[in-house]
Amino acid sequence: MSDKDISLMAHLMRRAGFGAPLEELEARAEKGYEATVEELLHPEEQPGLERDIMLRYKTEWVSQAGLEGQQEEWTFRMINTKRPLQEKIALFWHGIFPTGHAKCEYPRQQEIELEMFRTVGMGNFLDLLSGLAKDPAMVFYLDNCMSHKGAINENWGRELLELFSLGVGMDGNFNYSEDDVKEAARAFTGWTVTNSVPRYPYGKYEAKFIYDPNDHDNESKTFLGETGNLNGEDIVNIIVKQPGAARFIARHMYNFFVADEPQVPAWKDTPPIDPEAIKILEDEYFRSNYSITSMLRVLFNSDFFKDARFTKIKSPAETVIGTMRLVGDFTFPKPGLDALTLNIRYMGQDLLNPPTVEGWHTGREWIDSGTLVERINFAADQVGNANHPGIKAIINRVGGGRGSLTPEQLVDGCLENLGSYVMTPETRKQLLELAGNEGEIRSDSEEFPNQVSTMLQSIVATTEYLFA
Amino acid sequence: MTSTKKDPVLVVLQLAGGNDAVNTLIPYTNPLYFDNRPNVRIDENQVIPINGEIGFHPAMGPMKRIFDEGKMAIIQGVGYPTPSRSHFRSMDIWHTCEPEKVGDEGWLGRTVRELDPHKENVLTAVNFGRGLPRALAAPGVPVASVGNLETYGVLTGIDDEDQRMKALDVFSKVYTPMIGQGPVVDYLAQTGLDALKGADILSTAPEMYTSSVEYGGDVVGQYMRNIVQTHLADFGTRVLYTTAPYNSFDTHAGQITNHTILWTETSRAIADYYDDLQEHNAGSNVLLLVFTEFGRRVHDNGSGTDHGAGGHAFVIGDSVKGGLYGEYPSLDDSKLAEGDLQFNNDFRGLYSTILEKWMGLDAKPIVNGTFEQMDFI
Repeated sequence: MSDKDISLMAHLMRRAGFGAPLEELEARAEKGYEATVEELLHPEEQPGLERDIMLRYKTEWVSQAGLEGQQEEWTFRMINTKRPLQEKIALFWHGIFPTGHAKCEYPRQQEIELEMFRTVGMGNFLDLLSGLAKDPAMVFYLDNCMSHKGAINENWGRELLELFSLGVGMDGNFNYSEDDVKEAARAFTGWTVTNSVPRYPYGKYEAKFIYDPNDHDNESKTFLGETGNLNGEDIVNIIVKQPGAARFIARHMYNFFVADEPQVPAWKDTPPIDPEAIKILEDEYFRSNYSITSMLRVLFNSDFFKDARFTKIKSPAETVIGTMRLVGDFTFPKPGLDALTLNIRYMGQDLLNPPTVEGWHTGREWIDSGTLVERINFAADQVGNANHPGIKAIINRVGGGRGSLTPEQLVDGCLENLGSYVMTPETRKQLLELAGNEGEIRSDSEEFPNQVSTMLQSIVATTEYLFA
Repeated sequence: MTSTKKDPVLVVLQLAGGNDAVNTLIPYTNPLYFDNRPNVRIDENQVIPINGEIGFHPAMGPMKRIFDEGKMAIIQGVGYPTPSRSHFRSMDIWHTCEPEKVGDEGWLGRTVRELDPHKENVLTAVNFGRGLPRALAAPGVPVASVGNLETYGVLTGIDDEDQRMKALDVFSKVYTPMIGQGPVVDYLAQTGLDALKGADILSTAPEMYTSSVEYGGDVVGQYMRNIVQTHLADFGTRVLYTTAPYNSFDTHAGQITNHTILWTETSRAIADYYDDLQEHNAGSNVLLLVFTEFGRRVHDNGSGTDHGAGGHAFVIGDSVKGGLYGEYPSLDDSKLAEGDLQFNNDFRGLYSTILEKWMGLDAKPIVNGTFEQMDFI
């Protein structure tokens, strides 16, 4: 295996998962790139996490978890899953179809939604949109349960079109009209949820989707040019056929997995940064009858993906989860998981509680002087802790029983172990100077662990490390 | 410092989600109000009257007190032509003053650039909260964004002071914008340097502060307190910003309860901020603007209200000529814009008034045009 393959595997695992330590990358590179892509695309072939074992440590996750509890559980899953792409896809859809915890009656309602993203999120986009329209968390979040025959609530109808499937427009044109919003809302009347009334002492029940035919508007509607007594399923069927839907998914996938795109509100008038890549994904969308897995397979095996190293700024979730997978901490739900999880919020991504129904803006918008400080301090604290098993392993690997190391060997060893990171010449010069300052570097010296962890801290504080 | 006149300071509180204008200033003697609000209505006897026609939401008592002191201008019917009912788009429009195209430069980012063209003070603008609102974003304009004023600093986890200094030295060299890196990396590098400098200064603010005012425990209350702490510390900060989080004013459902909680917390936060400044005799050079991205639909939807247009804004401060400005938009069916209040004050005129009469800046390049100004200052 050449170094190039390790670096490519590091790239794939950062994007399709949350990164991996060098040992795992070497093992995967041995299996091959395309084989690893297939493994990632088939999460059902890998063991899942045992929830009952998790609950032994975290009994509060049973039902009354609240926002922080659910964030904790999801964070734990992302750190420990053997199905990294499955959790990554849940994160992907949560960013596009966000619901807010503040508007959930049953505390674990969003976990039920996430499970839907895990299971349907790599399937067919038609099924996913149908699932979303019937997802009790979403029905309640966007008030479709408050939309009635003769008295519609437009919230769901509007966001379904604007934020969940088509976007305001593409190539300078609008994808739908204000009338389409109202007609969609009418078609979804009667799509509601059961009451999760409190049943003391057992707490609230989860809400379930129900269709109330008596509250459905059975008059004729016209949506995106099609007329009839349309129901919600018809709306979803019409949506997925639109070129706008293909463009919408393709751009979101590109932005999430390949490289930072302009943000969603700009998509009507701002063309994609790589129109050819978007076209390839759009074509696969229609060729495969809206299969998300097929689109992902094409994406991960494409040159535009392989060439897109370090072109995306990591999200806060990617930063925290990636760091934990690297340092090998929280492999079981030990105390302190709550505090760890809050770092994702501090860096600007309060999972399950998005700032708006648009989710989070990504790319450089993750970074401001406040969130940058949170991010750097977190990563530096973790990689500076030589008690973490992952950091111990890095120290051993960088030392390699070499005895004496040159500054280059120290710097390059650390960079490789962090995921084959590449520094600009200027940064590299600074890091070499820092390494050279320490006098002789000997892997068998008492100072060596400290020299490695200081180097790791300096690397994770660079601009280069902000990227994935 | 030889000058005795202090530079004017602007504080902005953003009510994200779209505050319901009609139930904030309630036209409590207008039968059309009751016709349009069969469910989401405030009874006449609960309203805090301003005059014979309109009154405050019952939870806004603390704000009524400021209004009665003559220090609050209420800008009625503020909005812009062809309103967008999308939160993001409408908030973007308020932030960027670009109703036609998508802009990525905020009006306050441009303001900060005018106030501090040579970037002499990294704390010219400070945002409290996670993530920078677009209003404050402009290329090359440093804005400190503070989640927690008490623990703000770079690489604070390195205990050994000598090691921390070495790491910070590398950090400051690595985060130096250089030619040919491209705009994103330039932005990141500058952000890093600004963070480093700003953190050192800001960390001193809480220890300098004492006050008898006890703020509420809610996010807005705490951030309004941080705003006063920063203002009192005299760092030369000219723009301070915070946001009511989670789009909380988006009251599609359960509005009667939720809106009451929101205004109970928000009114208290505003009054605490105001009283705190008075206590420290530090309010004379501060102006507070409270705004939202849109009002809500005039007719309720059964338990809440949908996205609308035409809202109200508040301007509060010692130099404000208190009172009602603009007209309360008509609730008459024929005067509504697709079921929403018709604006009669362009928000860019509101901004222009603040920029020219308060901040002493030329508003035109900041708000992208010339708009009619008001006389509340």
